[in-house]
Amino acid sequence: MSSPILKLVAQRVALGILLMLAVSVLIFAGTQVLPGDVAQSILGQAATPEALANLRAELGLNDPAYIRYFRWLGGVLTGDLGTALSSGQNIASSIGGRLWNTLFLAFCAAIISVPLAIVLGLLAVRYRDGWVDKLISGLALASTSFPEFFIGYLLVYFFAVQWQIFPGISTVYDGMPFMERLQAIALPTAALTLVCLAQMMRMTRAAILNLMQSAFVETAELKGLSAFAIIRKHALPNAVAPIVNVVMLNLAYLIVGVVVIEVIFVYPGMGQYLVDHVAKRDVPVVQAVGLIFAAVYITLNIVADIASIVANPRLRHPK
Amino acid sequence: MSKELEFLSRRVASGKLNRRDFLGRAAALGVSAAFANTLLSDAARAEGPVKGGLLKAGLQGGESSNVLDPALNLSQVNFNFGKCWGELLVELNPDGSLENRIAEEIGSSPDAKTWTMKIRKDIEFHDGKTVKPEDVVATLERHSDEKSKSAALGILQGIDTMKVDGDSVVVTLKSADADFPYLMADYHLVIQPNGGKDNPNAGISAGPYKVTIDEPGVRYGGEKFANYWQGDKLGHADQVEIVVINDPTARMSALQGGQVNMINRVEPKIVDLIKRVPGVTIQTTSGKGFYPFNMFCDTAPFDNNDLRMALKLAMDREELLDKILRGYGSVGNDFPINEAYPLFSDDIEQRKFDPDKAAEFYKKSGHSGSILLRTSDVAFPGAVDAAQLYQQSCAKAGIKIEIKREPGDGYWSEVWNKQPFSLSYWGGRATQDQMYSTAYISSADWNDTRWKRPDFDKMVLDARGELDQDKRKKMYRDMALIMRDEGGLIVPFFNQYIDATGKGVQGWVSNPAQEMGGGYALAMCWLEA
Repeated sequence: MSSPILKLVAQRVALGILLMLAVSVLIFAGTQVLPGDVAQSILGQAATPEALANLRAELGLNDPAYIRYFRWLGGVLTGDLGTALSSGQNIASSIGGRLWNTLFLAFCAAIISVPLAIVLGLLAVRYRDGWVDKLISGLALASTSFPEFFIGYLLVYFFAVQWQIFPGISTVYDGMPFMERLQAIALPTAALTLVCLAQMMRMTRAAILNLMQSAFVETAELKGLSAFAIIRKHALPNAVAPIVNVVMLNLAYLIVGVVVIEVIFVYPGMGQYLVDHVAKRDVPVVQAVGLIFAAVYITLNIVADIASIVANPRLRHPK
Repeated sequence: MSKELEFLSRRVASGKLNRRDFLGRAAALGVSAAFANTLLSDAARAEGPVKGGLLKAGLQGGESSNVLDPALNLSQVNFNFGKCWGELLVELNPDGSLENRIAEEIGSSPDAKTWTMKIRKDIEFHDGKTVKPEDVVATLERHSDEKSKSAALGILQGIDTMKVDGDSVVVTLKSADADFPYLMADYHLVIQPNGGKDNPNAGISAGPYKVTIDEPGVRYGGEKFANYWQGDKLGHADQVEIVVINDPTARMSALQGGQVNMINRVEPKIVDLIKRVPGVTIQTTSGKGFYPFNMFCDTAPFDNNDLRMALKLAMDREELLDKILRGYGSVGNDFPINEAYPLFSDDIEQRKFDPDKAAEFYKKSGHSGSILLRTSDVAFPGAVDAAQLYQQSCAKAGIKIEIKREPGDGYWSEVWNKQPFSLSYWGGRATQDQMYSTAYISSADWNDTRWKRPDFDKMVLDARGELDQDKRKKMYRDMALIMRDEGGLIVPFFNQYIDATGKGVQGWVSNPAQEMGGGYALAMCWLEA
């Protein structure tokens, strides 16, 4: 690999780190302006003034904001996310299991939806404007147009309540047998697949269709190659950049944006964990989860950027 | 005919006849299906609990931030799980009386200031240690410590000293309290080894189940404690499990799909639909919880009793009960007590919607202009709709109400108990004294109607120290009347707990103290074989 690529990649990574720092400031500032008070929220309507005062003092809520920011950033950089205010548990260890659950669900949804979307996209191009194309596009767009909770409930209604094939709630736990775990997450995986399929499929279709007009495709056609061979050998490699971009965007969604699906299927992932702690004003947890989500987003975007750089022949072979 | 039915139902219970055949034969004998079903469950109960198996509940009200420490126990899931593993000194029976648990006997001095609790011998904790009076004192100490974050801190403030005396615990109070034993039934006061001072989150007590799974916000589980002191009385299933399902639709589908055997908090609006689902039984319990409209008695314009009376008379309670709770509740009478409390007088006249009289009082009050009412979705389910219905019934009396919808975030810290006219909820307390002391005496922090009347405070104190139950009942009746006619509280309705059980769940007994049979649903129910 030549140096311009290395330089570009290094630039992207440095930019990403800078972005992370900016995000950390934003997250910290954002959690400061939430209405209400942590102690009040932990104790709820049943708070006595004595208990409130004791809790506030214990949590150190009286220090100025900038001091708390640097204390927090220092902790994060040394791998210490602090302890949850509401439960007193170590955040890093309680997030661990949930992050793994979220990643597992995202992974299962991704290995089904990404290849499916690309294959469907290719099929749509091959039979463009015919009934196959229209059927694929129609179904994919329809499933995306429904709100995710609607798809979720629809799946629950038929597969869990009416036919009782899959469980309607996806409670997974440590030490659960692998096949049982797969069965438990069947419905959320299906819902997520349906939700994110269309965008990837349409992008694949559009990117490749665009290339089908180019001169080199015409040459290939004149050479007498079959339609599939043209798409596979000539069009697809050149369409990698936009496809990777949209795939990464959807992967990020699968990890950070599945709160609704987690609530519907009672899946113990990061989203539910975040929502619980926002409701409790548990600032350290909200900050930690926010930071992890930001890191996932930024990392996936850097990967997409790098992939498009590497896939671009003009950048790979500079004059 | 009845003998025939009895015979048949016993055959079903012992598995010799199936349910469908039974219902068919009962119908042939001219018995309605509903009545035949009741007969069946009675027979099943008489046949005795079925031991073993796994009983699962899907419950709302659990978060990943929860801990097992009973002192910090505020959510429904922890409350229910606490009843599986925890044991209290005394417990509330469904009829409102007290049942002795770890306490074998409770007695007081004639002035109701010194209380002696004899502690049962040979009760074993889950860790094998024996429950001693010292553990009881340590538990009370931990919860009543001024630095404690315990939710029971408030109710234990009346304790002056406590000490172990042989096999008893002797507690001296700062002032007389005839209800002291009821305070000990508070669900936070789970007796733990050394009071839980060493490890409050260990989940060790003397209840029917030992904690095996503790995954906050996800699920909890327990296995039968072999040395449970009450033997077979509670804890029929070998294992119990609670799955946290905060979404009402998911909860319902989990019950229908058979993944859980019981759920809490069925929404009133879907109850009628759920009733038709085969195998699902709706369990309703009239409780002590109510949804008040609070007026500050010391803040204009609500410092005028004529205006307060106008606002009370302008409420159409029947309509609110019908539209907001779909009838699953009972109308309120502008004082915080209903028939679920001991010593309730049922001869107090029910206040009715009377727009003409309301208009009269309104005119007498001399108030003009609109009155601002604050509400929010979090006040109670349907609180925004309730405010709008109230606005319309007030309009009929010529009273103009302006509604302000507040955000749910910060409602309990910024609006409730801060603004002069707002909607809220109260969960009810074990006794009338506790309810009045918590919110309707001058010194109460949660006096959310700013009801500050020295004469009323004195009545509360006097009734608290009165050991003669007839006299006490009369005193509470007088207090209710004053509250009803002069207080700052408008009570549209008391709610019901609506739970549901799935196929084959037997042994359910409702308890007005709380939802899910007072929290004992998992410990007292069993699955039909």
